[in-house]
Amino acid sequence: MSELRELYQQVILDHNKNPRNFGALTQANRSQEGYNPLCGDHLHVHLCVKDDLIQDIKFEGSGCAISKASASLMTAAVKGKSTAEAEALFEQFHQLVTSAPDDPIDPDKLGKMAVFAGVREFPMRVKCATLAWHTMKAAVEDDETPISTE
Amino acid sequence: MSSAAQTTQAYAPTQLDLDADKIRRDFPILQERIRGKELVYLDNGATTQKPLSVLYALQRYYATENSNIHRGVHFLSQQATFAYERARGRVAHFLNAGDTHEIVFVRGTTEGINLVAQTFGRQELKEGDEILISYMEHHSNIVPWQMLCEEKGAHLRVVPIDDNGEFLFDEYDKLLSERTKLVAVTQASNALGTITPLKEIITLAHAQGVPVLVDGAQGAPHMPVDVQELDCDFYTFSGHKIFGPTGVGVLYGKRDLLEAMPPWEGGGSMIKTVTFERTTYAEVPAKFEAGTPNIAGGIGLEAAIDYVNSVGVANIAAYETDLLHYASQALEQIEGLRLIGTAQHKVGVLSFVIDEVHPHDIGTILDAEGVAVRAGHHCAQPVMQHFGVPATVRASLAFYNTRKDIDTLVAALNKVKEVMT
Repeated sequence: MSELRELYQQVILDHNKNPRNFGALTQANRSQEGYNPLCGDHLHVHLCVKDDLIQDIKFEGSGCAISKASASLMTAAVKGKSTAEAEALFEQFHQLVTSAPDDPIDPDKLGKMAVFAGVREFPMRVKCATLAWHTMKAAVEDDETPISTE
Repeated sequence: MSSAAQTTQAYAPTQLDLDADKIRRDFPILQERIRGKELVYLDNGATTQKPLSVLYALQRYYATENSNIHRGVHFLSQQATFAYERARGRVAHFLNAGDTHEIVFVRGTTEGINLVAQTFGRQELKEGDEILISYMEHHSNIVPWQMLCEEKGAHLRVVPIDDNGEFLFDEYDKLLSERTKLVAVTQASNALGTITPLKEIITLAHAQGVPVLVDGAQGAPHMPVDVQELDCDFYTFSGHKIFGPTGVGVLYGKRDLLEAMPPWEGGGSMIKTVTFERTTYAEVPAKFEAGTPNIAGGIGLEAAIDYVNSVGVANIAAYETDLLHYASQALEQIEGLRLIGTAQHKVGVLSFVIDEVHPHDIGTILDAEGVAVRAGHHCAQPVMQHFGVPATVRASLAFYNTRKDIDTLVAALNKVKEVMT
């Protein structure tokens, strides 16, 4: 049960129930589709990027609590950041959820994203947590191919 | 927990000639502990666990008989050949096929269907022809036909289902036409549990001269199968879903059909004579079995069939139906739970969703309690689309499951809300 609590922390449950930056983005100039065929998580990430700055970002779609909360927190984390900063955050997040469960984490650097440390105990759920991030990264790089975490 | 206890009283069990507790001792994996909890294995639609007799058969083969078949004159090769062909005979008997030559060993149901698509289908199908499937097929009984139709300029037609997941027979009747060249239909839906009215489906198709392929992956492990009584033209199932090893399965085909079909893969075993100018092919079933087959798999499958026969297929069907009723009633007590697939006749499949909680999260929470279920689209995305859900949780039963397993499932489901709020 403690591992489950670690996975489904209040921040994650809150962002699942009340996702931030959820919906369409009319002035978007980058859009990307992300899909996890294993469990059916499916989302779109829309960005408005000007002069390498993510001026606005929204996502829409459906998925499990982990993927939805991750998408919500991701949008909050990269909004207002440069594309280079967003890609650096992607690297940090990816490293966090794919590290060994007992590896030390740096909460100062990770900020709110540290709540996803519990995912490390559930390797089958890493794809759920990273879907939105992969999708954002592809959108920033303006890759047209839909992203799959399979 | 109280809901499950009430259900026990409300539902009167039938007398069953099956001792699940005794059976469980034959399956070593069921004694394993998962995350510190007793394993409750409810993912039998994906694959089943193996009894000791199957494990011993595999070990005995590799330890004392291992050799290539149909080749050597030496003793071991004779032993291996004898064992493999004896297994084929056992399968023929299990399906009540009239002739052992009608049993082709394949890797599994998927390969069985692809074999028919690539041989029979390629030979018979012309532009504008149609193949008829149902809405509740597994992807493996959709995609091979789609690929074939694309190649041939033919069309895939789909018999709809209703909101209980019942096969709509009247719609089937309307869709069958002189353009239909094959009906390919499941015996039991892996995502919904629906048992299709096979006998009626086949009779109607045959009245128009249309052959029928049956996907028996979820049927053969759970109900008696008699291919002669059904009069199906092809029947295919997987070894690993019937308590046997992975990587082996069966394609039954009527002998005249198999003989008229071109070979599939080329190679050793499937030939009579080879020169650089011309090759003549072996008789059925060798014509469809190029290369060294999964010999141990066939022998393991034989042991699995022996095990199933020792329990009794009719006993298994009756026991699982009883357990399905018990489980359905118990799940319906859970607030916010909706069963997907409520056909009148079902195999032991309980597909469901719970309000505001994604199936994948439910799967993780159940896993923490040692309960193994599947969460996802079950390789049946059209079914998910029909019911307007991205995925479901699926608990699928086998004869080693008990009411205690269901009670554990219900108790674990009652924790979902606690974890998710």
